[in-house]
Amino acid sequence: MTAYRYDGSFAGFLTCVWDALENGIEPTAFLLPDDGITLWEERELATNEEKARRLYAALAKRTSGRFRHFIAWGFLTCLPEREMALFTLIQRGMTKGNRAAMDLSDPVMARVMLAYQKLATEQDHLKGFVRFSELDGAFLVGEIEPKNRVLPILAPHFAARFSGEKLVLYDRTHREAFFSDRGRWRIIPVEDFQMGNAGRAEKTFRAMWRKYYQTIAIEGRLNPKCQSAHLPKRYRHVMTEFLEDEDSGPAAVLQGGYSLEDGRK
Amino acid sequence: MEKLTILADAAKYDAACTSSGVVRGGKPGGIGTATNSGCCHTFSADGRCVSLLKVLYTNHCCYDCAYCVNRRSNDVPRTAFTPRELAELTIQFYRRNYIEGLFLSSAVLKSPDFTTERMIETLRLLRTEYRFNGYIHAKAIPGADPGLTYELGLLADRLSVNIELPSESSLKLLAPDKTKSAIFTPMAQIRDGSEQSKAELKLYRNAPRFAPAGQSTQMIVGATPESDHHILSLTQGLYQKYHLKRVFFSAYMPVVSHKNLPAPVDFKPPLLREHRLYQADWLLRFYGFTAQEILDDSHPNFDAALDPKSDWALRHPEFFPVEVNRADYEAILRVPGIGVRGAQRIVTARRCGPLTFEGLKRLGIVMKRAQYFITCSGRMLPGLRCSPEGVYRRLAGLEQAELGGAGWQQMTLFDGNVS
Repeated sequence: MTAYRYDGSFAGFLTCVWDALENGIEPTAFLLPDDGITLWEERELATNEEKARRLYAALAKRTSGRFRHFIAWGFLTCLPEREMALFTLIQRGMTKGNRAAMDLSDPVMARVMLAYQKLATEQDHLKGFVRFSELDGAFLVGEIEPKNRVLPILAPHFAARFSGEKLVLYDRTHREAFFSDRGRWRIIPVEDFQMGNAGRAEKTFRAMWRKYYQTIAIEGRLNPKCQSAHLPKRYRHVMTEFLEDEDSGPAAVLQGGYSLEDGRK
Repeated sequence: MEKLTILADAAKYDAACTSSGVVRGGKPGGIGTATNSGCCHTFSADGRCVSLLKVLYTNHCCYDCAYCVNRRSNDVPRTAFTPRELAELTIQFYRRNYIEGLFLSSAVLKSPDFTTERMIETLRLLRTEYRFNGYIHAKAIPGADPGLTYELGLLADRLSVNIELPSESSLKLLAPDKTKSAIFTPMAQIRDGSEQSKAELKLYRNAPRFAPAGQSTQMIVGATPESDHHILSLTQGLYQKYHLKRVFFSAYMPVVSHKNLPAPVDFKPPLLREHRLYQADWLLRFYGFTAQEILDDSHPNFDAALDPKSDWALRHPEFFPVEVNRADYEAILRVPGIGVRGAQRIVTARRCGPLTFEGLKRLGIVMKRAQYFITCSGRMLPGLRCSPEGVYRRLAGLEQAELGGAGWQQMTLFDGNVS
């Protein structure tokens, strides 16, 4: 009965998996540094990038690129005890190969697959639903409150799209922010993220967008049910078209003194 | 601001708002990318995807089409953008991630050539000066000089020409300034230009890209008396002959009154019919059906109570049940309730061993409809009893519940980004 304690990173998780596979340990839980004391025997491992990279490479060789991608994204989901489920899948993949690992009718696989699909949907939604505001000269700032850790997936997308801009995107749920400066980007934990006020030009564009949004709907076919099916209400509290200007407007006032210079990769 | 309101209002009846079909990475110093599956940025109160900034360049029009709000004889405020204004607005919206790109259409100002020139100027400004690398959908104006249309296609990702009405006689009645040939000529030109460009790209990496995301079109349904079979055959013809990426249907909305149109009083837009047409359109594009299979002369219109796929299945009992562990992918795809993704998952999963009904559920296959049409290892779902009439009643019941009972509401119409 062994519980692994690691730093919460994907590389840290792979280090634990490596250790378990090598020593034939069947883990009972994966714990984070903040989790309380348990009755299990504990193994606390420091992240070993080298081992993580080798396991990551071996995974694609033993199984498939598709399965590895599935595991990597699975780690970003909000599935409860996702590490245990992922460990089961990795173990199966490494010992029995791709075909056994990709058995979609297996209960563990089905659980992870469902979480994976929700992540895939959420990141796809957010690529469209994120709203940026131009604040404090040349900064584009936005906020999201996702269920899954989508920032690592959104980051390359927005960095490539706005390769000439300075971007900040804050994830309220996981308290981390994505910084991008002309295509180079990094994700950093940010404890406190504060809102500021928008300038006049920014407010004008917001107002124009709201007006456009209201105009484009055809009165004869109003259909809030269909709208909610495509654009769930949980996204709306940070979207420009559903806000009035008094209560909207994230600004680049960051506590803790993070600047883009630090955020460079 | 007022300009934007007027010109967006005038453009909103255009159904197409997709941003799909072209992949482009970011360029250093430029702004924007494009992805193959497109991206919806918001959904308006009528449930339609808003992907592109959809505006008219101008609503000054020299034509007089009966169904259109912008016709010459209609008394509405008129205005026009300048190319600079529109380019600036697009970029500012794009930077804030409001939109995926621009959908530029226009009423016909002075002449088709003059209008197209203005549109080209706008797009050129966006592509060269602002180095905009995102998605642009432009409307080709019927009757414009082919050289100008070609230039427009070099700047845009997708071109479209609206065929407006499903037959030439309807066109004559309601849009006297447009003719069938004026519409199909640019359509053929775009097809040929696109194919030629693709062929050249294989030889020279830097050959000019002409409308890389292909072309689409739109027609109004319910203003004129064509049958569903006629419309669906026309749609199939357009896909085969003109290699269109999408055909859009737009339920007729009584925006203007005219002696040749249905009276606006008490007229309900045929939303259910539009919905059925889109369902059938999906069957044509992704499920390997042909228009003649879905509807025929003895059966020219859709069953209001049943979706086209279930309808087809009930008329072809000899095809069922389908054995999920043995049948071809194409056969599984024809089972009501199983879609492209479900069929792919079945084919992947059955490599590991025989599938059971339990296993199918775990794959995420919804059995409500599918259960009547499949077997697992030779067996139907235990305890399932069905007569053809009973199945029809139950499927119709399911359909009615999903459509929201008596007060019919449109469901998943503009799932626009799959194309």
